[in-house]
Amino acid sequence: MIELVKGTKIDFMSKRIYAFIISGVFSLLGIIAIVQIGLGKANLGVDFAGGTAVQIKFAQSVQLHDVRLALEEEGLKDFDLQDLPTENKVLIRVKKQEEKLGGFSEKITQILSQKFSDKKPVIDSTTEIGPKVGSKLRKDALWAILVAVAGILIYVAWRFQFRFGVGATIATFHDVLAVLGIFYILNKEMNLILLSALLTIAGYSLTDTVVVFDRIRENIKKYIKEPVEVVINRSINEVLSRTIITSLTVFLSALALFLFGGEVIHDFALAMLLGVVIGTYSSIFVASPVVVLLGKKR
Amino acid sequence: MKKGVFWRVILIALTVVVAAIFFLPNTPLFQGMPDWWKKTMPGKGIVLGLDLQGGLHLVFEVEGDKAVEIATERIASSLTGILERKKIQASVKKDGLFVVVTPANMDIRKVIEDTYPVLTLAEGSGVLKYRLSAKEVQRIKDTATDQVLEIIRNRIDQFGVAEPVIHRQAENEIVVQLPGVKDPKRAVEIIGKTALLEFKLADDESPLAAELPASIMPGEETQIFERFKNRIPEGDEILFQKVINKETGVVTKRPILLKKETLLTGDLLTEARVNIDQRFNEPYVSITFNSAGAKIFEDITAQNVKKRLAIILDGNVYSAPVIQERIGGGNAQITGSFAMDEAKDLAIVLRAGALPAPLRTLQNVTVGPSLGRDSIEAGSMAGIVGTILVVVFMIFYYRLSGVIADFALVLNIVLLLGAMASLNATLTMPGIAGIILAIGMAVDSNVLMFERMREEVRAGKTPRAAVESGYKKAFWTIFDSHVTTLITAAVLFQFGTGPIKGFAVTLSLGVAINLFTALIGTKTVFDIIQSKKEVKRLSI
Repeated sequence: MIELVKGTKIDFMSKRIYAFIISGVFSLLGIIAIVQIGLGKANLGVDFAGGTAVQIKFAQSVQLHDVRLALEEEGLKDFDLQDLPTENKVLIRVKKQEEKLGGFSEKITQILSQKFSDKKPVIDSTTEIGPKVGSKLRKDALWAILVAVAGILIYVAWRFQFRFGVGATIATFHDVLAVLGIFYILNKEMNLILLSALLTIAGYSLTDTVVVFDRIRENIKKYIKEPVEVVINRSINEVLSRTIITSLTVFLSALALFLFGGEVIHDFALAMLLGVVIGTYSSIFVASPVVVLLGKKR
Repeated sequence: MKKGVFWRVILIALTVVVAAIFFLPNTPLFQGMPDWWKKTMPGKGIVLGLDLQGGLHLVFEVEGDKAVEIATERIASSLTGILERKKIQASVKKDGLFVVVTPANMDIRKVIEDTYPVLTLAEGSGVLKYRLSAKEVQRIKDTATDQVLEIIRNRIDQFGVAEPVIHRQAENEIVVQLPGVKDPKRAVEIIGKTALLEFKLADDESPLAAELPASIMPGEETQIFERFKNRIPEGDEILFQKVINKETGVVTKRPILLKKETLLTGDLLTEARVNIDQRFNEPYVSITFNSAGAKIFEDITAQNVKKRLAIILDGNVYSAPVIQERIGGGNAQITGSFAMDEAKDLAIVLRAGALPAPLRTLQNVTVGPSLGRDSIEAGSMAGIVGTILVVVFMIFYYRLSGVIADFALVLNIVLLLGAMASLNATLTMPGIAGIILAIGMAVDSNVLMFERMREEVRAGKTPRAAVESGYKKAFWTIFDSHVTTLITAAVLFQFGTGPIKGFAVTLSLGVAINLFTALIGTKTVFDIIQSKKEVKRLSI
């Protein structure tokens, strides 16, 4: 029998102060990110901000600087450039809140096809989104997260006791906020793909939490004489190996996605990697301590 | 062997076979199947999303207010005719969304309100100011969207796109998905063109006509408007004709003074075809009117010989030839230095009819075919690597039990693909990510059970008892964790569009199938192993 962790007796509960501090910082970051998204100041993707994005693939590598010059020469302003050097791809984004769509992607394509004709540019994709759609998607996205978390709260509260539901919900919120906060710090693009990653994390991070809670529920009836903190510590230690291994397998598949999945899904995979790690951490250091905080009734 | 085990093996085998049959169309094998198979068995399989096969995703808003304005205008102009025929002296004007009639007397009011019950009086002192009733406005907007949907469908049919998806969304939005379109720009133009064809007379008798410059550069149109704004005679307007110099290719605009009144529109045409001009070897569009249209056209030409008749499409003059004589038969030509494709597209939109209201593009996503190919390759690679990583880890960590978990994992993937194929689900790039994540999650249930079994073994239970209670005790944990994932997947499905929806579908199918493979699949294998002889030691 190979065992990763065996017979551990780590006192998780006594470390909860540190955990609360770390988690508090990450959650705060996430909240800042949400506020910035609301104000339209974060690195919003075209789907949320409205505007135009054009991705072009060249046969040979191009200098980002040259692309910038070429576009500026033709009078284009206020655009972001980003390159994927390994694949000779360039992403151009124009975040303009214009009532009328059209024109930009065509203009960009035209300019670059002409100026870099020797490098055989091919249009990978163009996206044009009107401001109305962008703001609607932003609003829907917030609702989606709230509805998902509310659904989870209700389910867990129904299956366990109410304070477990609260613990699980706070842990879930924490995971989503932390990943969002890290993406904000890394100045990654906030878009629909990230949203789906966040919701997946919300759903998945609960797996670990449920595993721990299940054991707490079982042990709390079994070890009636022990204080609740001790029972929780014991429970976490008992299920520690499965908490880590279930996360590890998902981590492995997300890693494969991150390394080989291509650029469309790269950030999604990164969010999943972060989410799996943070979700495992929170099921131990956030969910259970919150339960204790809310009462020690059996 | 226990009887239950036998039936479970049959069930698993059956699901695999069914999954394989559904998934077959997605493999090259399908082509080699006999004809009776192709005819009777499912032949569609998983559909590739726009992001994987390339194509166009458009969302338009139908500008219903414009349709209301057009309807108001139409009423105003026909009211003029009705009052004239009744020999009632009155002036009728359209002012924004209002029809304004002077003088305000009861006779006129009665005539108007009898003919057009849809009008409601907004102001009755001094002038009669009417507007369309709220109900009528709603009806017009509604029909406009329906008509636009129908016309776009016709245009795309004629343009020729395999499996387009066109549907209405919300109150006044239309979603168009065109997979595999090679020339997205052309497609957008064909769909979005209002294609309102109008015939109007040039007002060459006004002194202003002679003063207008013969040609201006494109972009200078507003200057011309500003300059002559105050001198345009009542009932006239200035529109522009695009002129391309055949030798130099330089584009200029020619301002033309026209009578505002529309004499004839494209509503009445029955056919629009591309022909080639013999002299210049240039394509033009010839149109044919139905009998009513032909009659009107004949009257116009008869009454206005030696005057110029402008052919206008969406506010741009295409040509303004001088009428030489009365023209019967209802044929006309639209010339305008077209490229062949342009002429073809114009014929398409004219045949399909004009949109009752202009469209505004809300969203336009184009994916080239190469990105989709790259994504599929990368996705397959990630899937293979992810599977290998997980499979190897499970065998390394759980030995024989790991092999059993891997069997469940493969079963999981097969059933997931089969289920997606049976629903003709759309596979998108995020969907591929969903499948790969499902690989990692698929073994989770087994991990939970195995860890439980290990505990039972440590507690001194026999292998058989350990397996039984491992399953029993892990069941609710597995169930709970799956349900929470399903909740978020459902939210994603409800909220998401396109690619995200694809992700939600794979995720929820993956979770549901996982319950089956973990609780029935692996359990069955354990039961088979233990049915032969009492296993002394659990390889876990």
